[in-house]
Amino acid sequence: MNWEVVIGLETHAQLQTRSKIFSGSSTAFGAEPNVQASAVDIALPGVLPVLNREAVVCAIKFGLAVGATIAPRSVFARKNYFYPDLPKGYQISQFEIPVVSGGGLDIRVGAGDTAKFVHLTRAHLEEDAGKSLHEDFHGRTGIDLNRAGTPLLEIVTEPDMRSSAEAVAYARALHALVQWIGICDGNMQEGSFRCDANVSVRRPGEPLGTRREIKNLNSFRFMQQAIDFEVQWQINEIEEGRAIRQATVLFDPDTGETRAMRTKEDAHDYRYFPDPDLLPLEITADWIALVRSGLPELPQAMQQRFQSELGLSAYDAAALTASREMAAYFEAALESAGRDNAKPVANWIMGELSARLNKEGLEIAAAPLSAPQLAGIVRRIADNTISNKIARDVFDALWAGEGRDADAVIAARGWQQITDTGAIEALVDEVLAANQKSVEEFRAGKEKAFNALVGQAMKATKGKANPQQVTDLLKKKLGV
Amino acid sequence: MSLNLEDVSRIALLSRIELSAAERETTRDQLNDILGFIEQLQAVDTAGIEPMAHAVDVVQRLRPDVVTETDRRADFQAVAPETEAGLYLVPRVVE
Amino acid sequence: MSELINSSLRELSAALAAKTVSAVELATLFLDRIERLNPALNAFIALDRDQTLVQAQAADAARRVGAGAPAISPLCGIPLAHKDIFCTRGWRTSCGSKMLENFVAPYDAHVVEKLAGAGMVMLGKLNMDEFAMGSSNESSYFGPVKNPWDLACVPGGSSGGSAAAIAARLAPAATGTDTGGSIRQPAALCGLTGLKPTYGAVSRYGMIAFASSLDQAGPMAKSAEDCALLLNAMAGFDARDSTSLERPAEDYARGLEQPLAGLKIGLPQEFFGAGMDDDVRAAVEAALAEYRKLGAVTVEVQLPNSGLSVPAYYVIAPAEASSNLSRFDGVRYGYRAPDYADLAEMYSRSRAQGFGAEVKRRILIGTYVLSHGYYDAYYLQAQKIRRLIAADFKAAFEQCDVIMGPTSPSVAFAFGAKSADPVQMYLSDIYTISTNLAGLPGMSLPCGFGRNNMPVGLQIIGNLFDEAKMLNVAHKYQQVTDWHTRMPKLAEVAK
Repeated sequence: MNWEVVIGLETHAQLQTRSKIFSGSSTAFGAEPNVQASAVDIALPGVLPVLNREAVVCAIKFGLAVGATIAPRSVFARKNYFYPDLPKGYQISQFEIPVVSGGGLDIRVGAGDTAKFVHLTRAHLEEDAGKSLHEDFHGRTGIDLNRAGTPLLEIVTEPDMRSSAEAVAYARALHALVQWIGICDGNMQEGSFRCDANVSVRRPGEPLGTRREIKNLNSFRFMQQAIDFEVQWQINEIEEGRAIRQATVLFDPDTGETRAMRTKEDAHDYRYFPDPDLLPLEITADWIALVRSGLPELPQAMQQRFQSELGLSAYDAAALTASREMAAYFEAALESAGRDNAKPVANWIMGELSARLNKEGLEIAAAPLSAPQLAGIVRRIADNTISNKIARDVFDALWAGEGRDADAVIAARGWQQITDTGAIEALVDEVLAANQKSVEEFRAGKEKAFNALVGQAMKATKGKANPQQVTDLLKKKLGV
Repeated sequence: MSLNLEDVSRIALLSRIELSAAERETTRDQLNDILGFIEQLQAVDTAGIEPMAHAVDVVQRLRPDVVTETDRRADFQAVAPETEAGLYLVPRVVE
Repeated sequence: MSELINSSLRELSAALAAKTVSAVELATLFLDRIERLNPALNAFIALDRDQTLVQAQAADAARRVGAGAPAISPLCGIPLAHKDIFCTRGWRTSCGSKMLENFVAPYDAHVVEKLAGAGMVMLGKLNMDEFAMGSSNESSYFGPVKNPWDLACVPGGSSGGSAAAIAARLAPAATGTDTGGSIRQPAALCGLTGLKPTYGAVSRYGMIAFASSLDQAGPMAKSAEDCALLLNAMAGFDARDSTSLERPAEDYARGLEQPLAGLKIGLPQEFFGAGMDDDVRAAVEAALAEYRKLGAVTVEVQLPNSGLSVPAYYVIAPAEASSNLSRFDGVRYGYRAPDYADLAEMYSRSRAQGFGAEVKRRILIGTYVLSHGYYDAYYLQAQKIRRLIAADFKAAFEQCDVIMGPTSPSVAFAFGAKSADPVQMYLSDIYTISTNLAGLPGMSLPCGFGRNNMPVGLQIIGNLFDEAKMLNVAHKYQQVTDWHTRMPKLAEVAK
């Protein structure tokens, strides 16, 4: 029997502000415990929150980037619960009227050109909690409040995703977008970008099943594993006649399993109400326009442009806009190689360059090979100075730091392609004379023998002869 | 709407206030007196009235994104019940 | 020198400027009185003679160096005391609670900073109802404050320590806070002048929150003129409080001498109905007669929803309080229970043992009205009624300049008279609560004596930002009456 998987994601993106959302403490990561926890952050009696303008700017940028509605007036509310890393006993968040509603993101699964649109429910501003450290304190828990008050944008999707692959594709697209618009550093190890997945299963066409929420997924791989495990677990439960109960679960990367948290779900009643210490947040049309004017070209728009102006496929356009750095690299290479070379430039970036970066664990911004250098290679392929095969050697040489640009490497190594027809004809004659056996085999109908002859000609020139010319001349001499 | 002992226990749990069995009973009676008193609000027709969360009708002022705080951990932790290595200590939290 | 105990702030300021008295001498005068009289009154709960005298010496030095300079505040060298709800660096700040019995605040409240900046000398910290929740000062962990006019009676609350200290002439002035009447009602019950400003006029930074949308700090003193001088130093924009109003600084004393001819005094019929004691009514009526003599006219106004203010308040204030007081969890500061098995028990025992009965009651009520399924019926409904109450005032102020009525339905009552019945206690604030809900300024000034020769307070309610007008109205009355100069026997005897 078929099961349909239904997934919605809630993502907490730490916003790239210098100071906290409601206090003037630094948000820098990695400080000694509690040295970046001010009176407001540790909730001393009598202190009050004041909202950081930049956090609001980040929310507006996000709203614009996903085509959402930005509320002209939104409200901060208190979410009340007790936890040692929550100093006030409530989290300042937004509840009834969030700053951003609606909008969405295109995601792609696999190599096809079709995208799926994932709808966003909302995105709201809130403060992060501190950290609880469970080790090393003779059975007690240590509380570090440096993170308390770090601005977060909580981004909530509709339950639009139907597989772990789609969930990961969404998370990756969102991860890229928040970095693209410069509101989040995307550092998942440091917890700057954390996802919770709401997962349920149902028979196709039936109402939504009961969901369980997997908390704090801090890598795409864990997300995939956790959701896959959870889905199978839920299916097994139902097939064995047990009902799913709503729960919050944690993923254990060591076992690859999810397990329910001990906190009782039914004990929660957050008692949201408007925070009397904070007034309504007003965002005027003028302010939105000002923020819009400072936004970079968005990936969606760039993809459209790559398709319509450069004739790239939707898949290529999406791949080249996977990050702002990737897109910048592509555009710089394109500027140097010329628009006619868009496709080969794209192929080189998505192929050789990406593979090499991946292999060496480098980000594109740290690539040893600059965009103009890559463009230089493409240009020399286009004008037949080098073959694709030689081009890869040039690429390796430039990667290794040998030579200023492709031309310098080609000249130094003597890798110019031989295109002089007379020289190639002489060479072909030599090869035919020296390989009579192959010639006979070919004439006897053995097609493979022809390839051997081409190979011999290329070998004799160390690959520098233009393979097309060699082929053409061989065919002519053999009377094909 | 009158509270029973179970309601009182639930509210006390949410409030993190321990109540003895005897306190639960007196609390129930006192809370019911107060709720009886505020019950009169229910009779008022407030259709179409906007709730008033703030005493004055102004909007939120915004702070420039500037780091203004310095490390005052020693001051702050001087009044803490239990600390170690700069951390506040609490009984072990089990998730 | 002991005649200075009944001097106005202007007189003290003049004496300091003329060097007929030093700040150290003044501080010593009051500290000595505190030493003698406080054991009977329990108004002060933190004293530190050394720190006080250091501040007084600094004030004397400032006056010597800057004599005649405009930078010297008229308040420089005048002693005052702070309600223990204000955080004071280096002084215990308990908020009247066992929860904060050992809490020494690592910072100063905005109000404390401002008054210290003006050169005022802190005499100590004043007793109060626990977390400002009470109308009789019986809920303090440090024991009740006695009313200097009759030690068997309550001083009112929650700023009862402030009121008793000034009434007994243990301090010439004090700070108070008012969430539902906590400045005005004790001022009335102790024969003082006290003012709750427009919400947002005085920064709440460093003032331990009870109900954030209602709390407002204000001055308590003997006269309107004193209050105006104090408010000049207390009020003003503070970037650390989002609800602090960005308005140009004003001199609240500028209009004190304006004649009252033609002043329109609104009298809400709802404030003069049943529920007010006859002695209070007589004193208030006499005050209104005095105002008519000063040229004011009285007009009847309606506040039809004012009867709902107490129940609406007892939804909104506990709701906000339940959340505001969640930070007292025994983790970072404050009381932690000695015995507990786990985190849940540490929380629930620390809070059960650290908070008193009234505070716990209000936390529980507040938790309930915000809880799932009850929010709309209680909290949201109360907020809607709050808007109706505010709209009533708006309409009333179209017909008058100020509103007057009693501050409290009765004079000070005996200890224990209402403490067993929370609802009866809540009704002590029936005339004061509506102004907090509407954010309006209100004040109380002495207007005579009632039963057992206990003081009666007249309440003046002003429109938003009309503090200067209210102070003018009160001041003109105080120029033709002497209720505000009367001292309880206890204070006179100890001269």
